[in-house]
Parts: sequence; C-alpha cells; structure tokens
Amino acid sequence: MKETSTNEVRFLELEKKVKRENWRRMWFRFRKSKLSIVGLSIILILLLMAIFAEYIAPYPSHAGLYIAFKNAYKPPSLEHFLGTDMYGRDVFSRVIFGFRYAFMMIGLVLLLVVPTGVVLGLIAGYYRGTFIETLIVRLSDIFISLPPLVLALSIASILEPNIFNAMMAVSLMWWPWYVKLTYSMTVSLRNEPFILAAESQGASTLHILFRELLPIQLGTILTKVTLDAGWVILIGAAISFVGLGAQPPTPDLGTMVSEYSKYLPEYWWMSLGPAAGIVLIILAFNLLGDGIRDVFAGE
Amino acid sequence: MQDDVILYVSGLKKYFNTTEGVVRAVDGISFNVKYGETLALVGESGSGKTTTGHVIMGFYPPDDGKIIYKNKYELSVPMKKRPLELKRDIQIVFQDPGTSLNPKRLVKDIISLPLLIHKIVDKKKIYERVAELLEYVGLSEEFMFKYPHELGGGEKQLVAIARALAPQPSFIILDESTSALDVSSQAKVLNTLVKIQKELRLTYLLITHDLGVVRNISQRVMIMYLGKIYEEAPTEKFFKSPMHPYTQMLLSSIPTLSEEDEKIKPKGIESIGEIPSAVKPPSGCRFHTRCPFAKPICSQQDPPDIVLDSNHIVRCWLYE
Repeated sequence: MKETSTNEVRFLELEKKVKRENWRRMWFRFRKSKLSIVGLSIILILLLMAIFAEYIAPYPSHAGLYIAFKNAYKPPSLEHFLGTDMYGRDVFSRVIFGFRYAFMMIGLVLLLVVPTGVVLGLIAGYYRGTFIETLIVRLSDIFISLPPLVLALSIASILEPNIFNAMMAVSLMWWPWYVKLTYSMTVSLRNEPFILAAESQGASTLHILFRELLPIQLGTILTKVTLDAGWVILIGAAISFVGLGAQPPTPDLGTMVSEYSKYLPEYWWMSLGPAAGIVLIILAFNLLGDGIRDVFAGE
Repeated sequence: MQDDVILYVSGLKKYFNTTEGVVRAVDGISFNVKYGETLALVGESGSGKTTTGHVIMGFYPPDDGKIIYKNKYELSVPMKKRPLELKRDIQIVFQDPGTSLNPKRLVKDIISLPLLIHKIVDKKKIYERVAELLEYVGLSEEFMFKYPHELGGGEKQLVAIARALAPQPSFIILDESTSALDVSSQAKVLNTLVKIQKELRLTYLLITHDLGVVRNISQRVMIMYLGKIYEEAPTEKFFKSPMHPYTQMLLSSIPTLSEEDEKIKPKGIESIGEIPSAVKPPSGCRFHTRCPFAKPICSQQDPPDIVLDSNHIVRCWLYE
C-alpha cells in the first residue's frame, strides 16, 4: 500500500515538470518575436504607472479639479514634460491617471464580454439544430446590427453620461462577436471523433464544453482578447470624445483629447499627451496580440 | 435468443436524407455477435459497414429494426439516453487516431476520463491505473504526459485502445481501427488487440475493408454490399470456399505473394465496375449489375437466405 502512494506522488511530480516544460516552450515561442516583448513591456509599464499613479505622477492633485491660472498654457518643459492645460494642470500627470481609466475600461468590458460571449457561443454551437442555437445566434445578430455609437448615445440619453455607462454600451455591442467566434469553432469541432468518443463514454455536457471544446479554442480567443483591448480603448475614446463617456474633470484619455482639441493648434501639447497615450496603449496591445498568436500557432 | 449471443441485430435500417435523395446506408440487416468472438463486417467504402457500427454506438438512431445487447438493453435509443453502465460496457476505437484524441489533452487526461466517469478506481490511484493501462497496450508510462501530436500513428491508436479498455468493457467496435496506420504499426496494433481479447475475454465487432486483417484476427465474417449482408461464414470457410460472386470477386482481387496463396484464390472473376450509388440501389440482388453470373431473376427479386451448412449463409440465386 505504501508503495502505491509514493508511485502516485512520483507521477504528480512528473506532471508538474511536464507542465513547467510546456510553459517554458510557450514563453520561448513568444520571445522569438522582439516586438511582442516590446508590447508586453509597454503594457506592464503602463499598468504599473496606472496602479501607482499617485506616487508616479509629479502632480497627483492635478488629476481632477485643480486651478492655477498662473501656470496655464505652459509648453513642455523639464518641470512639465507635456506642458500644462488651460487651468494650469500638468498634462503628464493627467495622462498617467488616464491610463488608470483606460485599464479599468479594458478590464471591465472584457470581463463582461468575454465570458458571456464564449459561454453562449459554446452552448449555441453544441446545441446546433435546436431552439437554443436559434435563440442565441439571433439575439447576437440583433446586437451586432446596432451601431455602437448610436447605442452609446441612447444609453447615455436614458441614463447619465459617465464612464460606467459608456463601458456598458461598449459591452452590449461587443459580446456577440465572441459568440460568433466560439460558435463557429464549436460547430466545426462538434462532430469530431474525439467529442463522440468522450460522449460515448458518458462525459457530461459541462465536461465536453469546457474540457474538450474550450481548450482548443483558447488560443484564438486569447488572441482576439488582446487585439480587442486596443479597440475597447479606441471606441471608449470615441464615446468620450463626443461627450457621452467620462465627463470633465475626469482624466479619461478620450475626454482629455476632446477637451483639449479646442485649443489646437496653438496649444498642441495639450492634446498631444492624451492622444499619444491612446496610440501607445493600442499599439502595445496589438504587438502583444501578435505574440500570443505566435504562441498558439506554433503548436 | 440464444444464451451465447451478446448482440442481436434484426432488420436494422438506417437512411440518410441528402440533397441527392435518400441514401439507404443500411437496408435491413440481421446478425448475431457471440460472446468472446471477433465478427468481421467487411465491405467496400459506401457499403454501410461504418454506419452499422455507429448506429450500435448510438451516434444516430436507426430508422427501423431491433438491436438487443446482452439480452436486456435496447440499443435503438440514442447515446444520450442510454444508461451509464451501457456507456461503460460498449466501446469504440475509431479509424483515425489523429482525430479521435483531443489535441489539447494529455494522454493521461484522455485515458483517465472514463476511469473518473465510471469510478473504476479510487481518485488517488488514477495515475497508477493509467500507467498500467498504457503498459498493458505496450506503451511506457512516459506517454502519460505527452500530447497526441507528440505520438506516432500507431502509438496514438494504442492510446485510443487503452482509453477503450479503461472502463472495463465487454464489447468493442473496431471501426477500421488499423486502416489509417502504416504496415508495421498495423501489426503491432493487431497483435495487441488479439492479446487483450484473449486475456480480457472481449467481444469485437471488426469493421474493415482489409481482408488481411480479417483473416488474421476474426472467427466469423459477414460481407456487406450496398446496405445488405450477402454472405456470412466462419473465416476459414470464407477464404477457402467463398460462395457469393461478390465475395469471390473481392478475394480474387487480393494481391498475392506466394504461389500457395495464388492457388486458393478463386479464379475467373474479374473485378468490374464500381459500387453503385446507395441513393438508387439496383433492384433485386444489388450486386447483379456487376455479377458475371447474373440471371434474369437476380434483377427482379431479393435473393433468399440459403443456409449451406449451419454456419455458412449466402444470399444468392445461384444456389437456389
């Protein structure tokens, strides 16, 4: 009896070793492309800046309501890297706080959208040919057909325009794309012999959906998630730009571009900061997405 | 029903609706499988042999007929409605191990699934049992932590066999299980199958088009053509004295190496034509369009069962 348990422990250790080895291989494939490392580094740096904004920003109090007219309209200098705005606030500090809103937006939207869409897509694909499929597919078609800005506009006019409602509007138009993605993959995998084999041995539907079908699709889903993160920022910025997202003085990047664009071209540095922030974050996520695609394509 | 029959099939029909019309994949076949034997179901592609296996597995329900398993289970119910013990007792090994193993699951996950579902061993001893099963089919325990793509074709099929053995079944359908493999791994897989059948007293339904495999491992043979069974005989009789012209044609088309083999091959029957479409099968005996001995009656009426001796049945007007 004693011997059997040590045997089992040995196997468990072997498994750990193999799993570590697999992670190492994935990291190796990711590392092969320098650009994905650049993307990952930028995102990590921006994320740290967002988390510790209070300590990193030179003028943390400038994030919100703050007025010092004697400092207004100052061009970039050593004291203010990206100059100051019309109220004398440090643009660089505000951009750092802007990253915080950007990541919050990405996090909340993807957290709502990805699980919902993926689970519904798996179910719709698995129950192909039943009313469950029709219901889910038609419902997502309806949401896909609504233009996101119009949807955001109507939500903002019913509720109040703020960053949370803007994120809700973005999420509402986004989840069907994950349904489409997982649905089409599930349909093509549904009748593969390995699914039939598991079913014929008595595997539960939950097992089939999340242990057999989902792992195969994970790479594609993760790649889309990273590429979408940039798009969330872009749509969020567009909604803020037309005044339906975060309201001043919130240091949201889109809101800031909208506010400061009135002062173009004389005070170009004001909009340059938040605009560059948006470009940087989208670029970084796209580079990361390419790297993640390489990781899964190599298998 | 006799006591030694594990699977009883009677009047089984399975039609598929396609854009070209109704495909009569299986059109009224009856047979028995006895405990512990290997029954080969032989036919060209399109003959309905794989459909027969899949109906028995419950992948789709039959349109007509009876399938009784172990004298108490009705197998015309679809897979999802079958009791769990039935899903344990009947297993299948698919043709292509490349698609029958999930590419994202480790070998030990694949094999431990049936162990967990049917609670075959204590959870703490799962790994050990997986290693035993691997060893039993001739693979070392290192294969546990590999993904299917790291394995060769024969090794994958052995993993699929280990998975089928895991829940301790009594009946295994071998659905062209060796035809996708190269010759050397084919031999290894066949030997393994023969060994485990002897030791575990398993019953096999061997679905194949490879007469060499049939000769090596089966005790009885049924020959299927366009959804119907035309000859049924013990393996030895099947190869020594084939009665149905179709059987003779198939056997004469096997390439031989030795003169000895050449001598026992039926002569004078050339393989002509292709298998007709199952959408509009020929009337009467479905083989009459390719049969060199066809008589007028062959195209008009279905041939009756002719029992040559107790174990040799042929459906052909020539022997009326």
